Parts: sequence; C-alpha cells; structure tokens
Amino acid sequence: MKQSILLDGPKFQITIQRLCRQLIENHGDFSQAVLIGIQPRGTYLAKRIVHELKAMLGVDVPLGALDITFYRDDFRRKGTGPILANSTHIDFIVEGKSVILIDDVLWTGRTIRSAMDAMQAFGRSEKIELLVLVDRRFSRQIPIQPDYIGIQVDSIDSQKVLVQWKEEDDQDSIHLITEEV
Amino acid sequence: MSSAAEQLSTRHLLGIKDLNENDIQLILDTASNFKEILNRPIKKVPSLRDITIANVFFENSTRTRLSFELAEKRLSADTINFAASSSSVSKGETLIDTVNNILAMKVDMVVMRHPHAGAGVFLSKHVNAQIVNAGDGAHEHPTQALLDSFSIRERYGDVAGRKVAIIGDITHSRVALSNILCLQKQGAEVMVCGPTTLIPKYIKSLGVKVEHDLRKALNWCDVANMLRIQLERQDIAYFPSIREYTMLYGLNKEILESLDHEITIMHPGPINRGVEITSDVADSKHSIILDQVENGVAVRMAALYLLAGKRG
Repeated sequence: MKQSILLDGPKFQITIQRLCRQLIENHGDFSQAVLIGIQPRGTYLAKRIVHELKAMLGVDVPLGALDITFYRDDFRRKGTGPILANSTHIDFIVEGKSVILIDDVLWTGRTIRSAMDAMQAFGRSEKIELLVLVDRRFSRQIPIQPDYIGIQVDSIDSQKVLVQWKEEDDQDSIHLITEEV
Repeated sequence: MSSAAEQLSTRHLLGIKDLNENDIQLILDTASNFKEILNRPIKKVPSLRDITIANVFFENSTRTRLSFELAEKRLSADTINFAASSSSVSKGETLIDTVNNILAMKVDMVVMRHPHAGAGVFLSKHVNAQIVNAGDGAHEHPTQALLDSFSIRERYGDVAGRKVAIIGDITHSRVALSNILCLQKQGAEVMVCGPTTLIPKYIKSLGVKVEHDLRKALNWCDVANMLRIQLERQDIAYFPSIREYTMLYGLNKEILESLDHEITIMHPGPINRGVEITSDVADSKHSIILDQVENGVAVRMAALYLLAGKRG
C-alpha cells in the first residue's frame, strides 16, 4: 500500500477558509441559507466550516446532518447487505432556503444523488448547492458537479482518497492511497 | 454508529427465539433511524421499491395489520392484503396452496398471522419467500416484543437491568413468550404474574420469576406489561368471572398510586378497558401504550428493511 499526502498543515486550513469566503460571497449573512453535512464523514467538514464562519461573521449558521442510507441505489447489490444507518438531525425549516450540501470527497456522484433525493423529504428548498473538500474529477457516474471545491484530484478507481480530521484522527490531512497489486 | 453487526443472522423473522442479541440491537438501532424519518414532512424512503409484500392474515388484527402495511408503504414496497375470512380458505384450500398461489403473482415476502403455533416455521420450509411472523397462535409475536423493547429503551435508555412484569393471561399469550425471550436476551429481568390457571406450569424453566400477587409484582417492577384476557382462545373457564379477575388482577389508579415507586405501564392492545386495566391508568402519564403503537411502525420498517437486505 502506497500513501501520498495531497494536502495538510497550513494549506489545509487555508483551503477551508477559502471555501468559507466563497460561501460568504454567495450567501452573505446566511439568513436564507443552511448547511447540511452528509453522514458520516461530511459532518466533520460541515462542523469545521460552521466554526470558521462563526469566527468570520459572528453568526451561528444553521447546521444539519443527513444520513442517506435508505436512499442509496446500491441497496442489496454488490452483496454488501444492508448498511447500518447513521442519524439524521435537521431541526430547521428547509422550505424556501438555499441548502448547501457538504461532503468530504466527491467521487461517483451517487451519494449526492441520494442526498438530493433525501432532502426532498424535508420540503422544497429554493436551491441546492454542493461543497466538497476533494473532487475526484473524471470519475463521475452521474452528471453531478460541485459548486465549491477544496482541491481537485486525478485518480483511478482502485485508489482511495482519505480525509483525516484533527477532531477524529489527530491531524488535518488528505491522503491518496494506492493498493499495490 | 453502533457496534452491532450489520446483517441479521436470519433470513426469516419467525420468532425472537431465532434472533441473537446482535440481531435485536441491529433492529432497534435501525428503528430509531426510521422513527426520525416518520417525523419528516415526507415519511417515505425508496429502499424497498422493488419488493412486493403480501400481508396474509388468517386471524383478525387491527394494529398489527395496519402497522405492517404502513411500514411497507413507508419503505416504498408494493403490498397486497389477504384476509382468510374473505378468501378461498373457506372453500378448503391448504395453507401451502394459498401461499404458493399468492407467490405465483411474484411476491417476495409474506407477513403472516395464523391461529396455529408454528405456521410461520412450517411455511418457511415449504415456500420460496421470506416469512415474517405477525403472530402464530399462542407461540410468538416477534415484532410486538421488539417494539415493546424499543419503547422501554426509549423510556429508560437501556433494556439491560430493567425489571419487567408481564401480567395477565400468560398461557394464551404469544406476546408474553416473545417478550420474555426478547427481554432476557437483552439482559432484563422478567416476572410473570397472574392467576395460577393462566400461568403455564413449566414457565420457570425459561428463567422467569412467578408471582400471583399483583401488588407484589408491581412493587418489584420498573415496567408492567398488562396483557389482555384472551376469551376467544380459552376453551374452558380459567377463572370464575371477569369481575373476580378484575378485582384481583385489574390495574387501577388506586393501586398505582399506592406503590412505593413510579412504574411504566404498557399494553399490547387491544385493551379491555375496565378488565385488566382501567381507563384512568391506560390514559395516564405512566402509560406508554400509544408510544408503543407509534414505535410499531418504525420497528416493523427496520425488520422488513434488514430482512430485505438478506435477499442477494
């Protein structure tokens, strides 16, 4: 197994701050926008962004967590069996708001499709945007593109992209993992 | 995320007897996720949209049938309903023939209630579909026990270590047997209480306490599960009169308030108001009877979802 670091240290923090400034550019004081982190690992990024926005704007941006397990299109395929769900917490009104979906890595796009499907259950939002820390470009299986991108990575299917968080894994870093054949 | 295994160990849900502790945790954990979904404006997920489920009821039911049907619809499954009273069963068709005819219409799962113990097990050996037991005679009613445990967990945080008294007609109750097994597998203590004639002779072999004094049982327990007197299953008279039963085993406000601690009251329904439980107790803040009904849909969604995951 070969591991290379794509991003860490101060650059990681700068990337997060840039994403926050891009969000402020489009959503101002966030009076009409809400953030939703996709379970499980999108929620770490979402919490970090809310933390940074609080430092920059002094406001608490509404933050939710969305689990997409029951909306997946691969249920009962690949022999993986059912997948244990994570919890969903959305304790604000989504109707008429701009929803910014947040995930750590965008790969095939299927998770995001499921997430958009799941969001409909909470009402008709004005707009849905997508923010990702890592965009594995050229590997999409459905036509989904992010609105805010931390870094873009060219990778092949057999590789893995792993995002680590200080809160969970003791460091902020993005790794590209290659299984040796 | 819970540490429970991510797959059920069984392909059918025939009884709590066949489930291990992980299966029970997995179903209850998944049910909490479904309960959140049931509070959304749109209470539906697409997971089972390619599954067809037949609800085959050879015995009357209100709650269980509606609850299963709603759970199936919330999971986007297609459903068909079959009630024995209005079917060809009255013309002499056998159980296997009836079910195979239903399966010929491309049905994937069968939810069955039957007056005879073991009907689900029998069917699972002879037809090619997943079977969910919605009550078989006086044997088991697994989803009821699971939703009872879910309700206890919701109230107390954990089932382990709780003291649960099951009170009333134990002999004729499938709810009692499933609950005893389910609660014990999760580490709860169980007591049964009722007149000698309504408590099976060998029930102690299951490791439960037996008590014939209602007040003692209530003072011992955290949760009292009051069962209905099942007159329709009683071929002989097991006690002199309903009035006498009520005087000795009926739960009323006076007894409840005289206990040395607060307890939670459960009832699987349908309630015979004024027999095993009075209206003021059934509708009091101690009662979680309607929570049980609400939780029933979430628990059945979890069971069906996880069983569907066992179909390759």
